[in-house]
Order: sequence, then structure tokens, then C-alpha cells
Amino acid sequence: MVATLEQVFRDEWGRVLAGLIGFLGDFDLAEEAAQEAFAIAAERWPRAGTPANPRAWLVTTARNRAIDRLRRDRTLAAKTRLLDVQEPVEDEMEETTIPDERLELLFTCCHPALALDAQVALTLQTLGGLRTEEIARAFLVPHETMSKRLVRAKRKIKAAGIPFRVPPPHLLPDRLAAVVAVVYLIFNEGYGGRGELAAEAIRLGRVLAELMPDEPEVHGLLSLMLTNDARRAARFADGEVVLLRDQDRSLWDLDQIAAGRAALDRALALGGRGPYVLQAAIAVLHVEEPQDWARLAALYGELARLTASPVVELNRAAALAEAGEVESALALVESLDLDRYHYLHSTRAELLRRLERTDDARAAYRRAVELVHSDAERRFLERRLEELDG
Amino acid sequence: MKYMLLIHQGSAPTPYSPEEWARLSEDEQQAVAADYQAINQTPGVSPGLQLQPPESATTVRMEDGRTLTTDGPFVAVKEALGGYLVFEADDLDAAIELASRIPAARMGGAVEVRPIAEW
Repeated sequence: MVATLEQVFRDEWGRVLAGLIGFLGDFDLAEEAAQEAFAIAAERWPRAGTPANPRAWLVTTARNRAIDRLRRDRTLAAKTRLLDVQEPVEDEMEETTIPDERLELLFTCCHPALALDAQVALTLQTLGGLRTEEIARAFLVPHETMSKRLVRAKRKIKAAGIPFRVPPPHLLPDRLAAVVAVVYLIFNEGYGGRGELAAEAIRLGRVLAELMPDEPEVHGLLSLMLTNDARRAARFADGEVVLLRDQDRSLWDLDQIAAGRAALDRALALGGRGPYVLQAAIAVLHVEEPQDWARLAALYGELARLTASPVVELNRAAALAEAGEVESALALVESLDLDRYHYLHSTRAELLRRLERTDDARAAYRRAVELVHSDAERRFLERRLEELDG
Repeated sequence: MKYMLLIHQGSAPTPYSPEEWARLSEDEQQAVAADYQAINQTPGVSPGLQLQPPESATTVRMEDGRTLTTDGPFVAVKEALGGYLVFEADDLDAAIELASRIPAARMGGAVEVRPIAEW
């Protein structure tokens, strides 16, 4: 019972809150009303049973709470859109009359006038229903810092007049790219170990794909996240990094890989060729057996042209090497301006080892060890060094 | 909502520094003038005033009842205000769009968009 209640809350929070913000035009008031409604539900539902339509019940209760609150506080009422509403709806609403305004909320939270860390936190709080302390823990910052960040962001939305809407077509490409980037950032925070964040990002990705079914980049993002996340259980063994080629494939989530491939197909059918579609195509190719390294190198090349990212070029070099072109891979690696990046040196080391330039390889591995941050990856590099000496 | 758009010239050339201004082609100079005119004629815009260059500023403080003056603007010369306008718009997106059309924003300066306090 408790589990189902929590599940309903988790599923409904973003949708209920988005509708309230759209209705009230005020983040704080909406959040307060939603919290009250969810608290009443938590107290009442286990006793009296879950209503037939939990969402409608939550929205109606929250709206009524907000209206009560506004009646008590006329000055606040004067500042909200409620004045435009002639008859506050007191009866339980029909499912069909509750607009889904999660997309408006997502675009508001990811508005470029907010700092990126605030966009991320706000998205997790409003759409994901995560509590401030959960977000603080996930991003390894003190609770107070995260709380201030959220308060400041909401204050700015109000004071600066950040609109609650899906941007018009001439702004949409840039703004959608910002939303996609925020969701992917949340995913990557989670991919490094904090699994609940990755699951949250995938949930947001699914919502986005449902609400913007014609945007290829959205399906690309979902595909990329599903495919990479499907390998989560195989990425580490006893705290050590396991390279893709050494991963235990029985640990892969095959259903999720299939879902990732389906999302990619949808993106490609929509004519998508943007950075997330390309990354998804690469992720999907990576889990296929045998791997088509020449095609991977070509996709990395296409992605590098799009993003001008030297990190992508580095991946292209690795794919070229796997495709048998070790010399040109090494030339590519050595042309990149990434001296502080340990993967550059570990990739270079690996290529030098294959070309039997053992001394150069050893020096490159040592440089990589100097720069690496993660203990698991350092141990991995040290093992490679030992193998070289042995 | 009412916004003040604070125009910071940064390294953008203005007619106040004739040498730098002369580095723009005649077409570019005319485009800058035409763009400012178009901005000022945009519905919702109340044109502000253009300020003389920040080198002409005097900064005033009071300390222990004495007036202290220093030569130059309060912030660094490069960060000093060059001009402003007021824009009444539906939301921040509209204000950002107008700001992006101000020549200083693309020529090495920047425009700060600030909502005006309303009581």
C-alpha cells in the first residue's frame, strides 16, 4: 500500500505541480498547495481508499487549497492570474479538463536566463518530485546551498518574467537543446554511480518523448540514455572499471537495449541527424556484436564535425584503431589539444603499445596516471602499466 | 513587465572614439545607426539616453561627512554603462530578443536586462 502510494506520488507530482503553476502563475504558491494536497492524500488514502482518479483528486484538492489561501490573502490574489478565473472550480475535475503542462514547466526550468546548476536542480525538484535534501545529496553540495539555489531560481523566474510556455518556433531549436542538455546532465551525474538520478533522467526523457513525439533529438536522447544505462550492471566489477569489450553481456538489460534501439529507429525515421541522434546511433552500434568499427569511426567523424569536440575526435581515433588503422589513429590523437585529459594519454599509450613502442607507451600511461581522478580508473591504468613491464 | 536594458559598450566602437569608429566601414557605421533607430521605434520601447564615454565619469562617495571624488566610473571602464532604454514587454524572452538586436551586444559589448521594480 505504501509503495503504491509513493508510486502514485512520484508519477503525479510533476503533472499536478505543472498544472497548478499554469493555473496560479506562481511557483511557491503552487508548490505549497501541491504539498498540502499530497500530505492530505498520504493521510487519507490509506484509510479511506485511493480515489478512482488520483490525479483529478490531487489537482482539485490542491486548487481548492490554493484558492482558500488566496481568499485569506487578498493582496496576493491581486497579483495572480486567479483574478481572471470567474468561478473557481470546487467540484472534482474530469480527467480531460486537466491540461498537461509539464512541457511548459520543463522549458521554464531550463530557461537559459537561469544558471545551469539551477536549471538542473529545479527540473529535479518540480518535475521529478525530488526533495531538496535528495538533490543536495545527489550533487554532493550542502543542503543549505541547494536550498538557496532553488529559492533564488524561483525568485528569478518571478522577478524577471521568465514565461511559462513552450517557446515559439523561432526559439524552439535552441531552447529544446537546452532542455535535452539538462536531462542528459542529470543522466550523467547518475551514470557515474548514483543510479536513482539516471532513472530519473530516463523518466524525464520518456515524458519528453511522449510530449514532443516529432522531435528526433528527444528520441535520440532517450535512446542514448536507455542504451548506456542497460549496461550499468556490467560496467563495474568489484569496484573496478570493466571495458565494454570485457563486459559480462549476461548482465546487460536486453529489453532496455531493445527499447533504446526502437527510440533510435524513431529518431532516424524522423530524419534526425543531430548530436543526440548520432550519439545514440554510436551507443547502439557499441552493443552490437561484432562491432562495426569503421561505421563507428564514421559516426564519430560526423559527430565531431557537428560539435567540434576534441573528445569526440579522441573516440574517433579509438574506433579507427579498432578498425585496424592504428597509425592514423595515433596521428589523430597527437593532433588533439587535450593535454590535461587522462583519456588522451591512456588512448595514446594503448596505440603506442600496439605499435610496439613500449617505452613511449609506458611514458604515456604514467602521464595518464598523473591526471586521473577516479581510484578505480587509476588502478586500471596501473594494471596496464604492469602488463607492459611484465 | 517593464525592463531596463543597460547597454555596456565594452570594446564596441562608438563615435566618441573616432579612431576606433573609423575602423568600421561606412556601411557598418550606417547599420549601427539604423539598428539603434529601429530599436528606439520598436513598440514598447521608451528610448533612454546615451552617455558620454566612461572616461568622462566622476565617482562620488561620502566618508565621515567629506565628499570624496575619484576620476572614472564606479566599475572598470570596460564594464561601465554606455546607455539604456526601457522596454515594456510580455516576458523576459521578448526583452532578450530586443537586447540581442542592440548593436553593442554583437560588437564586443553586452546588454544587461533588468526588470524594473514595481510597487
